[in-house]
Amino acid sequence: MEKDSIIETNRVHFYYGKFRALTDISMRFQKHRITALIGPSGCGKSTLLRLLNRMNDLIPEARVEGEVVFEDRDIYGPDVDPVEIRKKIGMVFQKPNPFPKSIFNNITFGPKLSGVAAKADLRNLVEESLRQAVLWDEVKDILDRSAMALSGGQQQRLCIARALAMKPDVLLMDEPTSALDPISTAKIEELVEELKKKYTIIIVTHNMQQAARISDMTGFFYLGRLVEYELTEKIFTNPSVKQTEDYITGRFG
Amino acid sequence: MKITRRRKEKLIKNIFFLFAIVSLLILFLIVLFLFREGIPIFKEVTLWDFLFGNEWYPTYQPPSYGIWPLIVGSLIVTFFSSLIAVPIGVMSAVYISEIAPAALKEVLKSVIELLAGLPSVVLGFFGMVVLAPWLQETFDLPTGLNIVNASLILALMAVPTISSISEDALYAVPKEFKEASYALGATKYETIVRVIVPSAFSGIMTSVILGMARAIGETMVVLMVAGGAAAIPESLFDSVRPMPASIAAEMGEAPFRSGHYHALFATGIVLFFMTLIFNLVADYVSHKFREEGSGTL
Amino acid sequence: MRRRYFKQSLFFALVTLSAGLLLFSLGGLLVYIFLNGFRAVTWDFLTLPPMDSMTKGGILPAILGTLYLTLGAVAVALPLGIVSAIYLTEYARQGKIVRVIRIGVNCLAGVPSVVFGLFGLGFFVVFLGFGSCILSGALTLGILILPTIIGATEEALKAVPQTFREASLALGVSKWLTIWKVVLPSALPGILTGSILGIGRAAGETAPIMFTAAAFYTAKLPGSIFDEVMALPYHIYVLATAGTFIDQTRPLQYGTVLVLVGLVLGIDLFAIVIRSVVRKKKRW
Repeated sequence: MEKDSIIETNRVHFYYGKFRALTDISMRFQKHRITALIGPSGCGKSTLLRLLNRMNDLIPEARVEGEVVFEDRDIYGPDVDPVEIRKKIGMVFQKPNPFPKSIFNNITFGPKLSGVAAKADLRNLVEESLRQAVLWDEVKDILDRSAMALSGGQQQRLCIARALAMKPDVLLMDEPTSALDPISTAKIEELVEELKKKYTIIIVTHNMQQAARISDMTGFFYLGRLVEYELTEKIFTNPSVKQTEDYITGRFG
Repeated sequence: MKITRRRKEKLIKNIFFLFAIVSLLILFLIVLFLFREGIPIFKEVTLWDFLFGNEWYPTYQPPSYGIWPLIVGSLIVTFFSSLIAVPIGVMSAVYISEIAPAALKEVLKSVIELLAGLPSVVLGFFGMVVLAPWLQETFDLPTGLNIVNASLILALMAVPTISSISEDALYAVPKEFKEASYALGATKYETIVRVIVPSAFSGIMTSVILGMARAIGETMVVLMVAGGAAAIPESLFDSVRPMPASIAAEMGEAPFRSGHYHALFATGIVLFFMTLIFNLVADYVSHKFREEGSGTL
Repeated sequence: MRRRYFKQSLFFALVTLSAGLLLFSLGGLLVYIFLNGFRAVTWDFLTLPPMDSMTKGGILPAILGTLYLTLGAVAVALPLGIVSAIYLTEYARQGKIVRVIRIGVNCLAGVPSVVFGLFGLGFFVVFLGFGSCILSGALTLGILILPTIIGATEEALKAVPQTFREASLALGVSKWLTIWKVVLPSALPGILTGSILGIGRAAGETAPIMFTAAAFYTAKLPGSIFDEVMALPYHIYVLATAGTFIDQTRPLQYGTVLVLVGLVLGIDLFAIVIRSVVRKKKRW
């Protein structure tokens, strides 16, 4: 594993039952960078993302071949606990999914169950996470209110704060802005750039401008294969594969 | 620490599995104990004579254990109660699912739930003190406790089952089907009869089978209002003695592990397997329905 | 076109009539029972034991008996049912085993109540030697309502959005804690509703307790779980069919019916109200 990378996939194949959703994916994700995964619907980009913290375990009949190396171990190894992996690799979903609990309890949910018990610690953690997610000023007086009462954009930032409260190394984001309005989207993009200083971010997006705006590296997927993986600048100005160019210039997808 | 947590998870899963198979275990025990207490009767009578013998005189000397009249009694009241309950159940389901205004819909669904919740002994009581005297006077009969009475009350018990399951099936029909039908210029009636009901057909069938299963296994109603005559009836106003009624009425008096006692358990076996078949068929039909989705048009 | 609409009106009239018939049946029954029963239901009726060969007095032992049997049944069925349902929806891979267990549960749900009675007699009363008593009756009623509780719990668990589970798991929370902290609290109202409906059913059943617990008459109130008890449904049956004073005890019968119906439908109504309140509040 190279020094500046945090997760590596080696020749990963992924199957839903008999259907092969990913073919031979080998990728290196770099520390403190934002990596964007793009491609048309059904190309396997979300599948790959969910594979990185073993969320695909939830799907019956899902099967992984190859290895995904994180902290020098294959996370699909026999004595790896997916729960431990998910503590270090957080995830934000396409649709905001707060729990029907108060804002405060949403944030403290994960830490509490991992053993953080002191009231003061939890309070600090809530403030810190909400500040990082740039939500603190909007909700600091209503922490006891139900998270369901927030707007969609606020809910999504709450979900980001909730993931950050676990102090993960990596944050996986699965089209985090696709259910949001343009203003909320802009806020989240800003936030993501800010977060890059402390975290490694891997983001799946449908929106090519978004990928171009915020990411350092971009991987283009098509039909379950990684077609091209390059510096974002290079991919959007001078792609080396024809398919990538066609997709980026809007000829398909 | 990691290992112990994972062990704990695994342990929880395994314990839960044990709980989950308790239902299966109980089902197995039911069969086992019905057979344990029922089989000895076949030392006294052959299976054929037991099932198809026309005489049920378990307390005579010598006794005769033919439950054919009881089986016929069960089948007859089940048949006639279905005749009443199926149209009412299905039509009320159509009303609730397709026609009723939203507020009334909720009320009616609650009404059906409450009807289903009425204790059977209460309905039996009602059949005895209200329906029976009325039937007796109106039709000038020797007794109001007969097939008609039992069928009416049993229908009242089967309707909630039929109606609620049918309603679920109708509700599950995709909106697109309705829209397609309306867009082709069909009236609401035509849409319901030609598109919606056929799409929900297997669900409705399931409801009918389960409703019949409920009627055939129901005890208190037939015990109280069917009249109790263990003979093949000749008219709708004759009394019958369906299997559950016979078991419930006689078990209290049958000496422990006598021929009579064993015969009642054996009757329980017959009843159990009859309802089991109904339920397996219902399960099959509804499962097929789920697999094929609404593609049974 | 006119004929098409005529058919439609006719059809609508028929289905409306069917639904009306149900409303009328329930309403008519309840009104009838109330009008005939309410005079009998006095304080003494509820708090005194039967007297003079059950031709006078009250039904206290039967009320208590039904209470004990029902509580016992719930104590058996609730933990068993909820845990089974959690296994079936949250843990089991949806394969053959689950399918077999599900068919088993469905079949159990379809077993006639009198057959449960026979089983209770053969297994609890005779084989395990409990005799006819509260314990045997409560166990029999417990397995009778087990499928209801499993079904209700499964439905409630399935209604919890998958996103809740994902959110929790993605935070590195273990599966069991996810179920305990996220899934169960969200499903609780649904589980409660279904379970309460099951309780209502247990309270009203007669056939399963006839050979396993119910006594014609007991002089004393039950003192232990190994005592026979009177129970409301069985009391109705006994008074209405087996006495020599059937007509004389008619008011007592109506009174007992009213108490039982009030109890059972009260329980059911309570469940229905909980459900509708929760549904209105639900945001997902």
